[in-house]
Amino acid sequence: MDKENKIEVRNLNLWYGDKQALKNNSIKIRKNHVTAIIGPSGCGKSTFIRCLNRMNDLVEGVKITGEVSINNKNIYDKDVDVVSLRRRVGMVFQKPNPFPMTIFDNVAYGPRIHGIKDKKKLQEIVEKSLKDTTLWNEVSDRLDKSALDLSGGQMQRLCIARTIAVKPDVLLFDEPCSALDPVATGKIEDLIQELKKEYTIVIVTHNMQQAARVSDYTGYFLLGELIEFGKTKQLFENPKEKSTEDYITGRFG
Amino acid sequence: MIHPNTSDKIAKIWLWLSALSIILVLLSILGYVFIMGAGSLSVSFILDMPTNNWREGGILPAIIGSLLVVIIALSFATPIGVGAAIYLTEFTKEGRLTKTVRIAADSLNAIPSIVFGLFGLAFFVFYLKDYTGGPSLLSAGLTLGFMILPTIIRTSDVAMRTVSFSEKMESYGLGATKLQTIKNIVLPEAFPGIITGIILGMGRAIGETAPIIFMVSLNPVIPKTIFGSGNTLTTQLYYLAMEGISMDVAFGTALTLITIILILNYSARKMNNYFSRNLRR
Amino acid sequence: MGKRLNLENTIRGILLLFSTAALVILAIIVVFLFKEGLMLFQHTSVTDFLFGHKWIPAENIYGAFPFIVSTILVTLGALLISVPLGISCAVFLVEISPRWARELVRPAIELLAGIPSIIYGVFALIIVVDVLRVPFNLATGETILAASIILAIMILPIIISISQDSIDSVPRIYREGSYAMGATDWQTISKVVVPSARRGIIAGVILGCGRAIGETMAVVLVIGNVEKLPLSLLDSGETLTSAILLEMGEAVIGSLHYNALFCLGIIPFLIVLVLSMLSSRLITKRVSRFE
Repeated sequence: MDKENKIEVRNLNLWYGDKQALKNNSIKIRKNHVTAIIGPSGCGKSTFIRCLNRMNDLVEGVKITGEVSINNKNIYDKDVDVVSLRRRVGMVFQKPNPFPMTIFDNVAYGPRIHGIKDKKKLQEIVEKSLKDTTLWNEVSDRLDKSALDLSGGQMQRLCIARTIAVKPDVLLFDEPCSALDPVATGKIEDLIQELKKEYTIVIVTHNMQQAARVSDYTGYFLLGELIEFGKTKQLFENPKEKSTEDYITGRFG
Repeated sequence: MIHPNTSDKIAKIWLWLSALSIILVLLSILGYVFIMGAGSLSVSFILDMPTNNWREGGILPAIIGSLLVVIIALSFATPIGVGAAIYLTEFTKEGRLTKTVRIAADSLNAIPSIVFGLFGLAFFVFYLKDYTGGPSLLSAGLTLGFMILPTIIRTSDVAMRTVSFSEKMESYGLGATKLQTIKNIVLPEAFPGIITGIILGMGRAIGETAPIIFMVSLNPVIPKTIFGSGNTLTTQLYYLAMEGISMDVAFGTALTLITIILILNYSARKMNNYFSRNLRR
Repeated sequence: MGKRLNLENTIRGILLLFSTAALVILAIIVVFLFKEGLMLFQHTSVTDFLFGHKWIPAENIYGAFPFIVSTILVTLGALLISVPLGISCAVFLVEISPRWARELVRPAIELLAGIPSIIYGVFALIIVVDVLRVPFNLATGETILAASIILAIMILPIIISISQDSIDSVPRIYREGSYAMGATDWQTISKVVVPSARRGIIAGVILGCGRAIGETMAVVLVIGNVEKLPLSLLDSGETLTSAILLEMGEAVIGSLHYNALFCLGIIPFLIVLVLSMLSSRLITKRVSRFE
């Protein structure tokens, strides 16, 4: 395997009951780059990204075949501990979902469940995570207030802070800005650029401009199949496939 | 520190055990009553008169007594409960009245059954004795009727509220009056829900002891009028067990009672399933 | 046209009357309960009634303290058993139960809720009382503990069903957020799901508590019924409700004894009303917050 590749997906198939939602997809995701997954609604892009940290395990009636290797280890092998996998592959969701707790407890949640009890250490982690997500200046004086009182954009950055507090090495974003206004969206996009220095990032988005702005590589999904994958610039300016071109020029979707 | 995966396993075992214990408790209660009562229960046990002061023979007077009080309770609570629900959902907007009635119904529902017993004694047996005949089956039935009223109001209320708004509007659009719409659209659609509520109320009325315990007599005769006293399955069971008169007859009675409750429970479930299927359609 | 409106108005009037029935009945109950009960206080002071240690109707001494303590002990004992068990079972049903198990447990809970209290009483009288007698080396198993155990079983369905609704309505995104960070099922349940559902769970516990305070038939058969101050869960006792049941037969109508028994009824009546309102407030708040 190429040393630069963080994640390698081979012949991935997924069924919801009898319905096949992903069809024989293979893709290589490079380390410390941002890879965007685009496609019309219902194309399977969210399902795909949820295979990378096995969130689909939580859905009843899902069957998966194929291989997803992260750091050369197939995460669907029998001996893989899902819990520690998800710790290494963090995920940020479409709708900001801070827990109904204080801001501090939200960020400290991950470290705590992974066994860190020392108060000072927790404080350090919380401060660092909030600084990394540029939230520190806005909330440092109200860490003990409920996270549910933050604005949508702040909540989403809090969720990112919460995710990086457990020091994952891959970050998955599932349409992280679709519930946010343009200003908040801009902040998150800047943050993603900043975060790729330390993390390998996969982002699902239905917003093509966003994919073009933030990503280095882009994959285009249609009806559960990866139609085209390549450097973002090349895919947007010079798509190889007809249907990719139709989609990015807005002829459907 | 215990590894999270280990505590996860331990916790799951505990959760499974908690659910298992519920099943075991239920089975042991049902099983025990069944084993102890099966020997006595027979057709003649239900249809015969008791002999030797309840020690032998059947329990017909208690069966008839239970039947009568339940009929009285339902004939009081059903029209009023369903009527109240119609008013709340069709004739008035959500507001102070609906809120107050719901709080009153919930409060009524929470009142301890023995308090209903005290109240029934003071109100029906003494205050209204010229009309109820004092400690009579009528007094007992009405007390139970008061008690199950909230159940019927609340379930009918919910059932009618789920009748689709668009169908009602369609009916009005066709020029139907309010009463026609209620009769032709609302009541038929809410019917299974209302019936479920009535069955639930029935189960409660049959199973209650404390509210009517001060109004029954142990005379082993068939009640001739609802203005006279009588006995029910529950009150008879109480006296037989408490005073140790006959454990055999007590368990036969308990098994009869449980069988009735099981049948009611089963039909309420069936109704409910039918109801939710209807909704999805 | 006018005829139709007339009919509609008549029916509207009747239905309005019906809809106030619950309120009217509640009012009548309050009037009759208090009318009979409060007469006691022309003879006995409120303090003597609530804190008096002796209850001797023959001498017109009415101190309800032993009954109050018994009621409190029985209820606490029942909660001690049913709260952990009930919440666990609710969590089980919503979070980890496979479908087949859910389809077994749910009807079982409904059935438990439907079994008449007198049957619980008879079951407890013979089984629970006997099971307790031997290990604790008691002269009689008819104790506060026996009553607590059977009450715990009786209030489990309430606690389970209300907690279950509340746990069920915890948004899925909270759970996903927790899982996505590598939390185990149990960490997600104990640190996110149950805390988020706590309002509804507390409401369920409060309702169960009210039911335990008000229950009569199951208690009277197993508690031993002695009018002395219980000192532990292994003592016999007599609750407010069981005292009413046992003594009403002997009380002469309109006598002080009769009034005193009504007064005993007022205590659980008021407590249960307050608890019921408290719990419905908790439930409505929860709903509005998630909406």
